[in-house]
Amino acid sequence: MLKTFSLGGVHPAENKFSAGKKIETLPVPEQVSVPIAQHIGAPSEPVVKKGDEVKVGQLIAKSTGFVSTNIHSPVSGKVFKVDDILDASGYKRKAIIIKVEGDEWDENINRNADLVTDITLSKEEIVKKVGEAGIVGLGGATFPAHVKLSVPPGKTCDVLILNAVECEPYLTSDHQLMMEKGEEIMVGTQILMKALDVTKAIIGIENNKKDAIDHMSNLAQKYDGITIEALKVQYPQGGEKQLIDACIQRQIPSGKLPIEVGAVVQNVGTTYAVYEAVQKNKPLFERIVTVTGKSVSKPSNFLTRVGTPVSALINAAGGLPEDTGKVIGGGPMMGKALSSIEVPVTKGSSGILIMPDKIAKRGTMEPCIRCSKCVSVCPMGLSPYLLMTVSDKAIWDRAEEEKIMDCIECGSCSYTCPASRPLLDYIRLGKGKVGNIMRSRNK
Amino acid sequence: MNTLTVSPSPHVHSGDSVKKNMYGVIIALLPALAASVYYFGLGALIVTMAAVISCVFFEWAIQKYLLKTNPTVLDGSAALTGLLLAFNMPTNLPIWIIIIGSLVAIGIGKMSFGGLGNNIFNPALVGRVFLLISFPVQMTLWPKPSENMTNYLDATTGATPLSVMKEGLANGESVSSLMAKIPSLSELFFGNLGGSAGEVAAVALLIGLVYMLIRKIITWHIPVSIIATVAVFSGILNLASPEQFAGPLFHILTGGLMLGAIFMATDYVSSPMANKGMIIFGIGIGVITVVIRVFGAYPEGVSFAILIMNGFVPLIDKYVKPKRFGEVVKTAGKK
Repeated sequence: MLKTFSLGGVHPAENKFSAGKKIETLPVPEQVSVPIAQHIGAPSEPVVKKGDEVKVGQLIAKSTGFVSTNIHSPVSGKVFKVDDILDASGYKRKAIIIKVEGDEWDENINRNADLVTDITLSKEEIVKKVGEAGIVGLGGATFPAHVKLSVPPGKTCDVLILNAVECEPYLTSDHQLMMEKGEEIMVGTQILMKALDVTKAIIGIENNKKDAIDHMSNLAQKYDGITIEALKVQYPQGGEKQLIDACIQRQIPSGKLPIEVGAVVQNVGTTYAVYEAVQKNKPLFERIVTVTGKSVSKPSNFLTRVGTPVSALINAAGGLPEDTGKVIGGGPMMGKALSSIEVPVTKGSSGILIMPDKIAKRGTMEPCIRCSKCVSVCPMGLSPYLLMTVSDKAIWDRAEEEKIMDCIECGSCSYTCPASRPLLDYIRLGKGKVGNIMRSRNK
Repeated sequence: MNTLTVSPSPHVHSGDSVKKNMYGVIIALLPALAASVYYFGLGALIVTMAAVISCVFFEWAIQKYLLKTNPTVLDGSAALTGLLLAFNMPTNLPIWIIIIGSLVAIGIGKMSFGGLGNNIFNPALVGRVFLLISFPVQMTLWPKPSENMTNYLDATTGATPLSVMKEGLANGESVSSLMAKIPSLSELFFGNLGGSAGEVAAVALLIGLVYMLIRKIITWHIPVSIIATVAVFSGILNLASPEQFAGPLFHILTGGLMLGAIFMATDYVSSPMANKGMIIFGIGIGVITVVIRVFGAYPEGVSFAILIMNGFVPLIDKYVKPKRFGEVVKTAGKK
């Protein structure tokens, strides 16, 4: 029996159309827009101004706190302006817009493709390097990676878990990365193990990627302490709490972080970025983005510079299909619907999913028939039907009592609800309100 | 340029619907309907048709003319209530009584609470119990199985195993002598006994249960806990005094226990939300059923047991929560 997490979960149609598609390097666009808020935490502060010449990999916005990160230029050229642009959030936010000229890289970056296995940096230097390189969680959460590598005093970490689950339907960027850059990921894992001072790492991969499981298992034999855990296909296994539960059967208590149970989780894409930063001195300014959808003529995995407009990726994948009704940044379960295809790719863009018009809209909401399916699929053991009701009626103390803040917003409840009730919409509303109330109480 | 739809995640849906679940239960009831027609013939068909048509009509009429909302009868819930109501009635019941039962089930049991999703009590059982109390004679004249294929109102009737047992024990007869007067256990299992239209064939109801479990329409918690509780409770009584109390198989295979455990107690709206709550609910139904059957005035108590436990559902839901993630804390270093 394959392992999986203990509570709830769903299994949506996988639709991994772009699986096995080789990573193609997308041409550098004519102009990029690099948002200064691409990560969780404080937005970065631009250190370039209009007219400045920049090289690929040059720092263009610097971290403004511990939970914040640096941003590097993904292209070479001239800063056109620093202005508000529409981004994936649907809001206008500040970005650095660069007109591309040539492709001149910062000379400190090692562009040689050879594998470098010797890890020369010390534990502290690695964490510093990861911080400087602007690495964030590439699974989509975009939490600054160096923060997770800095184990707080009094806590101990005994295992590193790599998230290679890719439980979102459609997406294949992590899968393809493992197939093509498996060795680099292994070295990256060793780097992270050194940074965390652990001897054990587990790479969790869902069983729908058998080739990746085989490939990584073969590679892991050469590296000490790395094991591959094949996991049963079950959404939301890529959730940090669910993945830890699935791999090592430890459950993080309500409101706590993974370190509470001695684990640190990093995505495989992040691990690859760590390899590049530490071994090749290359900051994070490009990533693998899956472009896919039922009507997309050429589903692909592109190596894309941050700041590239989504439209450029769609064009490279065969153009926007006639029947397009929705374009999603990320996967279908947790991704964000984009209001325009001109928004830029950011560090957190794992995929661009194009949905036909006929499935872009939701079903008609019906009365709750109390079937209890939302309760049985909730991976956090909550009662979504009740959280929706108390949020609707604005009974915030009850919402808090019912642990609304534990919700990981995986959407399994809304996905399952036979009455097409927007459970998660109401829970998000409730989380916002309850979060504010809790914060003001702590002040 | 296409207009893009922007909505919060998730952007996909399982495709499950209220309709699919309702019709799923109806499909699961078809084996029992077939068994009913096999044993009771014409009467079973007339009673079922009358109940289904009148339930659907009353829901449509109430929504359209009284509540002035768009009728939603196509979701299958009214037809399901009608089917379950029919399965809880003798197959020689006059149509006018069935119509009254349907009006009470839909009008009072369901719509007065606010329609689908809001009723506290199982509507079909509200209708059934109303009829049982209002028309005790007609509701307890049970056509004999396999003898009334073309008879309806003029069907020859006999006692159910439960009433044979109840009256016999009250007259001081022993369980073993009474067991000889009722159909054998295998006949009970295949449904060759007197009783309500849809409750007789345990085998048909079990096929329905398996179907619903496979399609994940319901979970095992409620039916299993009811049947297990009845088995354990009646088993203990039987062990304590074998000639005074009938055994577990008798209690499980007779009356409305199977129908109640599989189809009536599992009604979504009037049952608890958490698995633990469902088990408490099921145990309650099992205990009350046996208490009524063994110590109460009525020979059968499943309907009352379910309705009583329906009343406890809000309380159960308030105090019995699903197991939350991270509640059982496993600490670092422990494998």
